[in-house]
Amino acid sequence: MALLIIDQDACTGCGACVEVCPFAALSLVEGLAVVNDNCTACGACVPECPVGALSLPEKEEKVSDLSAYQGVWVWVEQFHGRAASISWEMMGQGRILADQLGTALTACVLGYGVGKVAEEAIAYGADRVFLADDPTLSIYRTEPYARILVDLVREYKPEIFLLGASARGRDLAGSVATLLYTGLTADCTGLEIDPQTRLLRQTRPAFGGNIMAIILTPNHRPQMATVRHRVFEMPKPDPARRGQIVPVRVQLSEEEIATKVIDFIRESEEVNLADARVIVAGGRGVGGPEGFKPLRELAQVLGGALGASRAAVDAGWIPYVHQIGQTGRTVRPDLYIACGISGAIQHRAGMSTSRVIVAINKDPEAPIFDIATYGLVGDLFEIVPALTEQFRKKLAQR
Amino acid sequence: MHAIVCIKSVPGTTEVRINPETNTLMRSEVESIINPFDTYAIEEALRLKEAHGGTVTVITMGPPQAEKELREAVSMGCDEAILLSDPQFAGADTWATAYTLAKAIAKIGTYDLILCGKQAIDGDTGQVGPGIANQLHIPQLTYVFKIRAIDFNARSIEVERLVEEGREILRTRLPALLTVVKDINQPRYPTLRGIRIARKMTIPIWGPADLPGVERRYLGLDGSPTKVIKVFSPPKREGKVEMIRAETVEAAVDILSDKILAEKVI
Repeated sequence: MALLIIDQDACTGCGACVEVCPFAALSLVEGLAVVNDNCTACGACVPECPVGALSLPEKEEKVSDLSAYQGVWVWVEQFHGRAASISWEMMGQGRILADQLGTALTACVLGYGVGKVAEEAIAYGADRVFLADDPTLSIYRTEPYARILVDLVREYKPEIFLLGASARGRDLAGSVATLLYTGLTADCTGLEIDPQTRLLRQTRPAFGGNIMAIILTPNHRPQMATVRHRVFEMPKPDPARRGQIVPVRVQLSEEEIATKVIDFIRESEEVNLADARVIVAGGRGVGGPEGFKPLRELAQVLGGALGASRAAVDAGWIPYVHQIGQTGRTVRPDLYIACGISGAIQHRAGMSTSRVIVAINKDPEAPIFDIATYGLVGDLFEIVPALTEQFRKKLAQR
Repeated sequence: MHAIVCIKSVPGTTEVRINPETNTLMRSEVESIINPFDTYAIEEALRLKEAHGGTVTVITMGPPQAEKELREAVSMGCDEAILLSDPQFAGADTWATAYTLAKAIAKIGTYDLILCGKQAIDGDTGQVGPGIANQLHIPQLTYVFKIRAIDFNARSIEVERLVEEGREILRTRLPALLTVVKDINQPRYPTLRGIRIARKMTIPIWGPADLPGVERRYLGLDGSPTKVIKVFSPPKREGKVEMIRAETVEAAVDILSDKILAEKVI
């Protein structure tokens, strides 16, 4: 069943492999290592065996000629003609990867009346921009966007293709990678080039951030990855940069596209958690719907968004769109102020990479303090309004 | 109405721990559960069945013991269950998983909807849903938190989906694949009757030989474009928490606000 090969004659039953298996796939039975179906052939155990009893099936890799694939591409997400900040973050990292590989950076801009976004893409580091400008592309829809990108990849063969891990980015990346039969690594927190193999080393969290994995796409191109908000630095645009804008012929008619956008309901600023630089979040400790009022005021003074833990959402105190954590949104603001949030692992999975974390909690033993930058023990209903007042005063003086 | 729900058996996360000495995941003792997001997909399918009549088929790919999660889905009210389990499926990444599930769904035959959770809590990729839709060449609607209307005669569905800036209202044709978020409903508990039915049900186990048109080179580890080369524990946050202590709340927030302003994050 499992993929790992164990030489039973060589195995001494030392258990070294059992210890290192990340998937609990190995155990000792009657003094010999045995493997179960959890095995993913990750190979972690193979070098650990002191007698060399472990191996993975040798595979004849039929490597097609990958040298034809060159260049780093980034999909530039736009909404109503405004580029998503996550896309410029991808451009910044794409530029670094392209320079390391000695290759060009290409931006893919799809939309309607988005010539300005294409020009911005050059300022943000693109050497070339594919610009698909057509009424059918006005608002993001999976089918036409995926079709155009798949056609472009087949024609121009990039080696790396990056997309922001937004709702649309993940929707699109999953479609494009499926149609191209290539590897896609979701929600990367690190992307680097292996200097020896020139492969893209993709680091990503799994199990709600409990473990990290490094993933390669060795034999398929392009190597596709999505990256979460605010993982990479926002680059500074250079309006003097020169680049080439290549118009893409769009041969789509509205009749061919099954999905129609009927309407859009915009959330207020306080819910736009993904882009927020400051988030004030409340948990069980806020005690009820009205308990969010002081938090909302603090968020307003700081120009931030309002978040919540699962406990507060499940209690019905605040809508789900505010939920942060494993079953809600993943955020990484510059400042995260956790009020009355104990800091369960599922909540921390959604916010632990925030730059500065402030924890305000009655319970000095609350696990949120383990990951906080600053902690304050006390009653949030006294602290939060007083803190709001301090900021109101001090920010006015600046 | 025929809805197919794709579920995944995942470890119950709260118990997942890292062994600090070996940097590995300790999950041998952890009981498996239905991926929580998939329970919303099951519930939504059951509600459609109650409103419109029809059947709900639940399907998973995984080790033989994933049968337990299928039985739980049946005890909630699903009518049919199929387990995809075979050594050749082992080690599949999201591409190979979507390929295999799509082949199985094609074998099941006609359906109106495929429902998936928005992502699994172990892998967190959210890629298998779009993968299945594109393998089957049907429209996908991801991050759905409300089905506004569904018309099985006119073959159309209208949903609200969550995007960063708000909620998008989309209409598409059936059959379609939906991935759903938590807010869409409150999943029900299994009923005693359901548990009895589930216990007695024979769940077919399909391997590659049961899937028409399947190409073995696309299955399991061999068919997976991505390779995991290393797993490790995430770096700890540097430094320790600085606790603010003062005589009064006013004094404490004065210090705290100065510290935050000095971080230049506002």
